[in-house]
Amino acid sequence: MSQSFSIETPDADLMRRAKAGELDAFEALTNRYEQRVYGLAMRMLRQEQDAEDVTQQTFLSVLENLEGFRGEASFSTWVLRIASHAALKIIRKRKGLNTVSLEEATEPSETLDSIPHPEFIADWRQSPEHLVEQNEVRRLLDDALTRLDEKHRLVFLLRDVEGLSIQEAAAAIGVSEGNVKVRLLRARLQLREDLTRVLGDPTRQLVRSHHHHE
Amino acid sequence: MKCEELLAMLNEYVDGTVDPAVCVEFEKHMAGCNPCQVVVDNIRQTITLYKDGQPYAMPIQFREHMHEVLRKKWLEKHPAK
Repeated sequence: MSQSFSIETPDADLMRRAKAGELDAFEALTNRYEQRVYGLAMRMLRQEQDAEDVTQQTFLSVLENLEGFRGEASFSTWVLRIASHAALKIIRKRKGLNTVSLEEATEPSETLDSIPHPEFIADWRQSPEHLVEQNEVRRLLDDALTRLDEKHRLVFLLRDVEGLSIQEAAAAIGVSEGNVKVRLLRARLQLREDLTRVLGDPTRQLVRSHHHHE
Repeated sequence: MKCEELLAMLNEYVDGTVDPAVCVEFEKHMAGCNPCQVVVDNIRQTITLYKDGQPYAMPIQFREHMHEVLRKKWLEKHPAK
């Protein structure tokens, strides 16, 4: 195969060439993002078959909508947006809801006032570098993610695992940046709470002074 | 700065996007508030764990199947190849 692009060819170039009808360019884009899409779907859904469905649907949708891609957002944001919607659709279906709505209008607005305070505060017994290699830790991480509301889970994954900016995450989900920030803070705090209850050193637990009277 | 205010600024601080003047206040508070210091450490460690965690590898068979489906669809859309 004589491909005139490499791993350094920018997404936008590949996208332009895919739009012009080059199958190789489309396949290069697919190769570049399929693992990320699959990983996001697995962490959202924790079910291989569903994650495969999301992945395939996502790239079929990319193929179908190539012409409509105007390049306002980056290709990565666009792909993750499609994948996010597909994953949420499956979650809503599991819950017996038919409508897919990521928009904030359908739910009470989240504000910083309602952010829960940290409860269990303690240094961890091991460093993340040690923890990350342990299989039971992976399970712990996945369980904690599953306990998050899917809206919070998605924002955390897009921002902290996929590395999107706040603006990109907002564009991907279709909500305001303010909303993304609040969801992200909730997600980070709840995950911290969950993980610290397991990974924290109970002999070094700290109590906030304003909790003394409780 | 109070603990609540620190909590509200946590994202910006951890992501390094906080205003420099606020950053000074933030760090001043942490220096005198061990619980807040530990919460910030915990948050950083939490993010690191997820970011550096093992990725889910896509099953090879599925990958091959998907690429086949995509190629077929592509050729339907671009018949004059």
